[in-house]
Amino acid sequence: MRITRRGLLASAAAGAATSIAAPALAQGAAGRVIVIGGGFGGAACARFLKALDPRLDVTLIEANPTFISCPFSNEVIVGLRELKEQEFGYDGLRKAGVKVAIQSATGVDAAARSVTLGDGTKLPYDRLVLSPGVDINWTGLPGYTQAAAERMPHAWKAGAQTLLLRRQLEAMHDGGTVVISAPANPFRCPPGPYERASLIAWYLKTKKPKSKLIVLDAKDAFSKQRLFQNAWKALYPDILEWVSLSSGGKVNAVEPDSLTLVTDFNRFKADVANVIPPQKAGEIAALAGVTDRSGWCPIDPVSFESKLQPGMHVIGDAAVMGAMPKSAFAANAQAKACADAVVRLLAGDKPIEPRLINTCYSIVQPDYGISVAGVYRPQKDLFVDIEGAGGVSPIEAPATTRAMEAQLAHGWYKTITSETFG
Amino acid sequence: MKLIAATFAILLAAPAAWALEAPPGAMACSGCHATSASVDTPAPRLVGMKADDILAAMLAFRAGARPATVMDRIAKGFTESEAAAIAQWYATQPN
Repeated sequence: MRITRRGLLASAAAGAATSIAAPALAQGAAGRVIVIGGGFGGAACARFLKALDPRLDVTLIEANPTFISCPFSNEVIVGLRELKEQEFGYDGLRKAGVKVAIQSATGVDAAARSVTLGDGTKLPYDRLVLSPGVDINWTGLPGYTQAAAERMPHAWKAGAQTLLLRRQLEAMHDGGTVVISAPANPFRCPPGPYERASLIAWYLKTKKPKSKLIVLDAKDAFSKQRLFQNAWKALYPDILEWVSLSSGGKVNAVEPDSLTLVTDFNRFKADVANVIPPQKAGEIAALAGVTDRSGWCPIDPVSFESKLQPGMHVIGDAAVMGAMPKSAFAANAQAKACADAVVRLLAGDKPIEPRLINTCYSIVQPDYGISVAGVYRPQKDLFVDIEGAGGVSPIEAPATTRAMEAQLAHGWYKTITSETFG
Repeated sequence: MKLIAATFAILLAAPAAWALEAPPGAMACSGCHATSASVDTPAPRLVGMKADDILAAMLAFRAGARPATVMDRIAKGFTESEAAAIAQWYATQPN
């Protein structure tokens, strides 16, 4: 099922000798690929498509000229880092030969195989890769509207929301109450709410020690739970309180005017309220017809091709990936495997079954990192854990191990952003 | 080998000099193990290492015989032959 080296080289040579005006697919493996969404999935996929087959016509469509990274944005919220360190442009992709269209994609015509841009342009494709990330599900939590998010920031898409939450924390008096609302699964970055809770607790402990942090959770279990809870007990015993689903932690509604979060039996009045709301696949996924009733995108895990729309592939947070979490590492790993599959499919070959890895670090205080890792293989319509592999950091470990993981976390960030954006 | 060299020559102009023959799992390693020498990270760079050294490390991580943070957990997800293929592939990447 592999593309033979002879075949690859022969078609490469043919492409070089043929007029570029000829129909793309008639030349062999080359073709037109559009990638929508310039995050850890889409930008990496576009780069790798071009690297795997330089003759491909690869266009990245992204609405914003600068990408703002969510990983490490929790450090920005508590002043350990500046937003500028989260920002990446697309010059690296342009240098690699990827066409970058800074436009919003407003529609996909599956029959005509074209994407419509905000300015009305229609771009044709042979294969389309959708990596739209998440959108807030604005109908998922009563009271939580776009206007409410200006008072009760989600900060679950990095940028202005990140800075808003930071300013609110900075403006809060010592002795105030911060409330975080964590959603039910699935959502972007499963350990993210708990890393954020840890770092906000660290901020309060060091800057505003009379303050409290309450985490209201729509779940009874979460990623790296024992590691987080042990760290909270050791580091933030008088500051951080986690309220599980079964203890009445699920937020049913919010009242932004009074910064109140409403649960079954209680009303929590906050001085700073960080509402991490329910999410869904980025809007273009629904417009393209690749979402199912869950709001997420079912795929074939070998090719990443949509189960609903042939010729369209979905990677990253928007897709249903089974055991793989919605993380930057996962999106980047999927992007590379998807690029490989797309190149093979364009050449009339079959994709090979991928092995994917995920590693997610969380910072619980500046020199204290923990991680979860997994190795995955396709099974039916999902990725499953390879048994015996993966898992979390040791529950008991010396401070040197935690410090090493914090260093590895920062190294990972430099590596993944370099690989994705160049 | 000539054909492999020719493939790399074609890909050398690209940002990441990947070959289509990457065995399953190999491209996921670079999420932590930078391909570019200019990235400052404690995770060692695999490009430029010898295949035997990569494989020996993977087997030691798998057996719990080498101190690790995450690699003990990840190495267990690969059989010896899968790890050997990944090691061989990294060893042949242009440095």
